[in-house]
Amino acid sequence: MAELAQQPFPPGRYRLILVGSGPGGLQLSYSLTRLGIDHAVLSDDPAPGGMFRRWPVFQRMLSWTKPFTGVDQHERAYERFDWNSLLADEAPNRAVMPALMDGTSYFPSRPEMQKGLETFAHRTGIQVRYGTRWESTKVIPSPARGGGQGGGQDFVLTTSDGEYRAPLVVFAVGVAQPYRPPIPGLEQVPHYGDFRPVETYKDRRLFIVGKQNSGFEIATGLLPWARQLVLASPSPTKLSVNTHTLVGVRARYLQPYEDAALAGGVIILDATIEEVKQEGARYRVRTRNPAGRELTITADDVIAATGFVTPLRDLPALGVATFGQSRLPAQTPFWESATVPGIYFAGTITQGSAGLKKHGIPSNSGAVQGHRYNARVLARHLAETHFGLHTARPQVKPADVVPYLLRELSRGPELWHQRSYLAHVINLDRDDGISDEGILPLADFIDGRGHDAVAVTLESNGQGDPYPAVYLRKDRVVSEHLLTADPLLQFEDQDHDRQLKEILEPVLSPSASPA
Amino acid sequence: MAVRDNVVNTIAAFSLFADLTGPQLEEVAHLFDESFFGQGERILRQGVSGSGFYVILEGAAGIRVDNVDRSVLKAGDYFGEISSLLGEVPVSDIVAETPLRCLVLPAGELEGFLTKHPRIMYRLLQGEARKLKNTTKWLS
Repeated sequence: MAELAQQPFPPGRYRLILVGSGPGGLQLSYSLTRLGIDHAVLSDDPAPGGMFRRWPVFQRMLSWTKPFTGVDQHERAYERFDWNSLLADEAPNRAVMPALMDGTSYFPSRPEMQKGLETFAHRTGIQVRYGTRWESTKVIPSPARGGGQGGGQDFVLTTSDGEYRAPLVVFAVGVAQPYRPPIPGLEQVPHYGDFRPVETYKDRRLFIVGKQNSGFEIATGLLPWARQLVLASPSPTKLSVNTHTLVGVRARYLQPYEDAALAGGVIILDATIEEVKQEGARYRVRTRNPAGRELTITADDVIAATGFVTPLRDLPALGVATFGQSRLPAQTPFWESATVPGIYFAGTITQGSAGLKKHGIPSNSGAVQGHRYNARVLARHLAETHFGLHTARPQVKPADVVPYLLRELSRGPELWHQRSYLAHVINLDRDDGISDEGILPLADFIDGRGHDAVAVTLESNGQGDPYPAVYLRKDRVVSEHLLTADPLLQFEDQDHDRQLKEILEPVLSPSASPA
Repeated sequence: MAVRDNVVNTIAAFSLFADLTGPQLEEVAHLFDESFFGQGERILRQGVSGSGFYVILEGAAGIRVDNVDRSVLKAGDYFGEISSLLGEVPVSDIVAETPLRCLVLPAGELEGFLTKHPRIMYRLLQGEARKLKNTTKWLS
């Protein structure tokens, strides 16, 4: 009871409520606090970490932290090589992860990741009301704004500890609710999250429904245990080493793929699963490939590695539109529900704000290394649009614009991790002078109708090395300019300096100078 | 909720996919990504590279050239095929006139998809022929 009495954020009305204590919730809470924005944080969990308190099932992350890079671990540029630490403005709280890893792998173990998140939360003093379960949601007129016609509204969250009210709510609840497609009989089989100890699969034939990372993770872990592994889903497997993105199965899980390619015993099928039928202690799985050929496979175990959906509870009934298999909420470029203003999202759910998705390549918002930057941008956006805070925009001398942008393109971690999604923006307004707007969503910049400005980002086309992309807004029209790639991934050279100067000449030349 | 099942049922009624069997429809539903766009949001941007081939599942989208509205697309219609096939930037904006749900295939995957599914290629060609006929009528 003493612990309960010390819990922060008792039921009541707050200006902003954040739900979730995984990396997305922790990062946003930290960033809001740094801006001086009061908010309450609620979490169903007993401690920080979110899904990393349980998964991945084989206890090893897919995201790396490279300790030795030639860059000081406490500098911002190091974040490019550390996909797992949360972001801090103050150097001592940066790069928490490399100090916690034991050196056996540059992929942290799950316990190391959990420890990293707990350490960040503790060191930065993030306050969370743990053990408080969000149960339902409704909307009422806001008493603080007079209510009724013309007034605002409050969201009311009913929780296991009582009622919370706020005009703004951010949900950072992960994409962690197991999903099974409507295949007859599949509802009877264990999901990825129900995976048993590996030794219980000894000398058994396993059918894995799903050919994405979770399916291949299980297959990789069971190679030394299972008698045979069959992986099946309707479309062919993509590999990250081919797509040059995080789309596809990651290299760490490729061993079953090689086993199948060399006819070692793993079977990979491109087929629809039509039915899973339990017969005694075994299963019969009926499949059909696109050519119409039926194949029935007998297995000792079937596992649904069929992904997860977003646990939005009753938000769709409130009007929050969702899409896709993961039932992600549709979002604006600043991660607000596209259909219910006032509801925002943080963490891995922000992948529902797709951005330009050029060449079909998604952002990295589904992973910590991507959504940690979304949280920082969202915090500033919330502070400026809802709390009346204006953060400083440093002035930039005309002669410094090109070298500054080339330095950001070479070293700015936001641009490396959120390619073609987040951009560094310089305002070139003739009245206000040249100012650094910082990091903003690229889609917001391109579709905006503001003053003259330039946005730079890195982009990939799924084939070669990443290359800088420049979007120049002049007289309310945005033009796209793609710079050349560089095999050493460095853009602070004469060639890129010349390319960027040619693009910016119309707005930076002395006759056009805003100064 | 059977999300992919809904997609399969929806596209089964579209003329573009009219010749496909059930497993082929399911393959298409898995191969394409699903996207959602809020009202007023741009899907294709005139002059911006890297777009894809879109099939509208629900809602309406406007074709806008140089900020002038030209025509409206609805469920079952598709767009982005010209820039995808030619490897060029779109010559118009496509803007969601209502909340819009689409299937999308990256431009770089369209050639492989069409050559693997000749009946879809034929249906697409029919659609392009209709557009050409209408344009010719409009110009004459």
